[in-house]
Amino acid sequence: MMHYFDTVIVGSGLAGLRAAIEASKSGSVAVLSKLYPTRSHSTAAQGGIGAALGNEEPDKPEWHIYDTVKGGDYLADQDAVEVMCGDAVRTIVELEHLGVPFSRTPEGKIAQRRFGGHTREFGAAAVRRACYSADRTGHAILFALYEQSERQGVHFFPEFHVLDIEVENSRCFGLVALDIRTGEIHTFNAKATLIASGGFGKVYKTTSNALASTGDCLGILFRAGIPLEDMEFFQFHPTGLYGLGILITEGARGEGGILVNGKGERFMERYAPTIKDLAPRDMVSRAVITEVREGRGIRGGDYVHLDLTRIRREILEERLPEITTFCRIYMGIDPSEAPIPVLPTAHYAMGGIPTDLDGRVLEDEKGSVVAGLYAAGECACVSVHGANRLGCNSLLDTVVFGRRAGTAIGASLKSAEKGEVSGEGIARAKQELDCILTGEGREHAASLRDELQKIMMERCSVFRNERELRQLVEEIRVLKERASKAGITDRGRRFNTELLEAVELGHLLALSEVICLSALERTESRGAHYREDFPERDDRTWLRHTLASQTEKGVEVRYKPVAITRFQPEERKY
Amino acid sequence: MNRKNYTFRIQRFDPEKDAAPRWDEFAVALESHERLLDGLGKIKDFMDGSLTYRRSCAHGICGSCAMKINGKNRLACQTLARDMPETVVFEPLPAFPVIKDLVTDMDPFLEKNAEVLPYLMNDEPPPERERLQSPDDQHKMLQAITCIMCGCCTSSCPSYWADKEYLGPAAFVKAARFVLDTRDRAEDERLSRVAHGQGLWRCHSIYNCVEVCPKEIDITGHIALLKRLSVKKEWAGRRFRKKG
Repeated sequence: MMHYFDTVIVGSGLAGLRAAIEASKSGSVAVLSKLYPTRSHSTAAQGGIGAALGNEEPDKPEWHIYDTVKGGDYLADQDAVEVMCGDAVRTIVELEHLGVPFSRTPEGKIAQRRFGGHTREFGAAAVRRACYSADRTGHAILFALYEQSERQGVHFFPEFHVLDIEVENSRCFGLVALDIRTGEIHTFNAKATLIASGGFGKVYKTTSNALASTGDCLGILFRAGIPLEDMEFFQFHPTGLYGLGILITEGARGEGGILVNGKGERFMERYAPTIKDLAPRDMVSRAVITEVREGRGIRGGDYVHLDLTRIRREILEERLPEITTFCRIYMGIDPSEAPIPVLPTAHYAMGGIPTDLDGRVLEDEKGSVVAGLYAAGECACVSVHGANRLGCNSLLDTVVFGRRAGTAIGASLKSAEKGEVSGEGIARAKQELDCILTGEGREHAASLRDELQKIMMERCSVFRNERELRQLVEEIRVLKERASKAGITDRGRRFNTELLEAVELGHLLALSEVICLSALERTESRGAHYREDFPERDDRTWLRHTLASQTEKGVEVRYKPVAITRFQPEERKY
Repeated sequence: MNRKNYTFRIQRFDPEKDAAPRWDEFAVALESHERLLDGLGKIKDFMDGSLTYRRSCAHGICGSCAMKINGKNRLACQTLARDMPETVVFEPLPAFPVIKDLVTDMDPFLEKNAEVLPYLMNDEPPPERERLQSPDDQHKMLQAITCIMCGCCTSSCPSYWADKEYLGPAAFVKAARFVLDTRDRAEDERLSRVAHGQGLWRCHSIYNCVEVCPKEIDITGHIALLKRLSVKKEWAGRRFRKKG
């Protein structure tokens, strides 16, 4: 089936929906999601969205910019950070006007709380900057944006799985997708295509990410020759529920929770004397793993405690109800009475599809634009998060740059040519599916996925080194080879999720290889990328972005400079 | 850790093969803390790849994996092995058309939502900053805004079983969410959309919806509020007409 829209958007999370609201002011918009729209993983964002509203105490966008740059270990492009933090207050007010049910201060303003790495006066002390709706902030914003986009007449295509995005000669024509329910192939021809498909945390075994977070569109674009930027930087959130990886928001520490080791010590005092438990996530995750490695886990085991018993029960119930429920359901713990076992969990990709400030996808280190192709949200790399994202900056990123991409698309529509997906893209998509459907292999795609997630976790998570990364690259290549021979049992067309999981595995494997190769090349430690064999940051060589591309010879890694405007790199201490 | 063997008895239906639903049984070993969704994953990954169900977040916030488990609608990701007997029976959500195995067509359910104008409506020029709202006023919406649209409630409602055109509990929670929002200005319009024979008045306070809601929303309480406001509005209208 053929569709024609001015704009087609992949992903119905915060970035995709905010862009849809904007782009639908200038033309027809289709939003595709492999789930139902409100099931997107933005809904799982808990703690808050950052903006220097100053509702609870004095705050300034300037301080927010500084914190974001320093939090990102100076790898963020500062022009982009200025745009994001400079637009933050307007963004939050706009969300409030659209209906987001934010929690409130006694005066009725939007309530704010402390979050990791957010400070006043350039690092003096933690500041209340995260605007929240209890600990369901993502859910609250997602529903408001979904409701408003429906009102604006955006066309939704739920349970459509994107198989191919057609990029030829630096121009995008639209995409090919599978209607999961019927098994029919649909083509979406568009003047503008926006990728807002979210993250790919499922490359790791322990992750806060949804089962759907498999990075399909990044894999598709990478295959089509688009480079992926800074893929070695993957954030591990320090407080995942032990054994499950379910996120416990940083807001829990923002409200007064602390991390405690097996000796009963508040160990973050040693690692970040000024802001302690509210240090950025890369530092806290390393601290947790270090405590465990040095035998100071709880009862010598492989986890630490997040202690919320110091927070008043009413505060827990009012501001952190969701995580309180998680603890009760999954751990059988009442967090107002007992500490919570936690361990770092794979959480967020700082890297992704390179874009300019208006979401235009860039195809090389010179900044050449792919006409008609845009990206925003976690799948994109603007780069505002550099080597490590600060908590509550991801929601801000999605809404600010989703809107900017939507505006840029709206402005481009008059002069943009109509896209027409060629037969080649459709044939490629059909072939990919047929190849799996008719494959005679006996190996389970699922067991290959499990193996991948396990070795990625073991060798390419919080701590990395050359020996293990080299071994990992080899192992991934073997898995890729085995995956090409994997088979499935469900040969049906309708709602064949086994087929789609096999497609997803291909993307997970490709992205894992890019993560490892990018990590192997970067012989320094910066933000979330920590090399045990190169423990120092090396600005002289490595103050630059990685761009990994698929070439005929394999994956090629190139680099591009970091935009530095206000803040020169300094030693990163908290 | 406490590993136990369970029998998962699952209703299957493949539209390309089956004329009617059938049953399959699988032996699944689960640790006491594991989720039933983990058990379904083990079957799909290693026993029968064709087993079909929806899932995404796996921790009770996306609403994908709602299904009927041992007679009660719930989220497979929020139900733990330790709370289950040795035999666990899985069926698709009742009253929704089955697409395949445990996957149902959610469109009719979600379309009901659109009826209640599910978005903030306020045409007054917005202030420069946020609209003010007291914490007490914000708290009035707290339950309604936690709805994840999983469908457990509407699918458990006997009134809905009897009449598929009935708006159903989830749509009322959505209507209440906006009626309770002090920033919204469309109460009358919304009430007129829900106060009719296939709307509020079809709710007989059976409370199944409250019993199954994975977010523990007092759904019937919200419906009662809408009924109360609708009656109030009706009476106010009558007084007005008499005077005229």
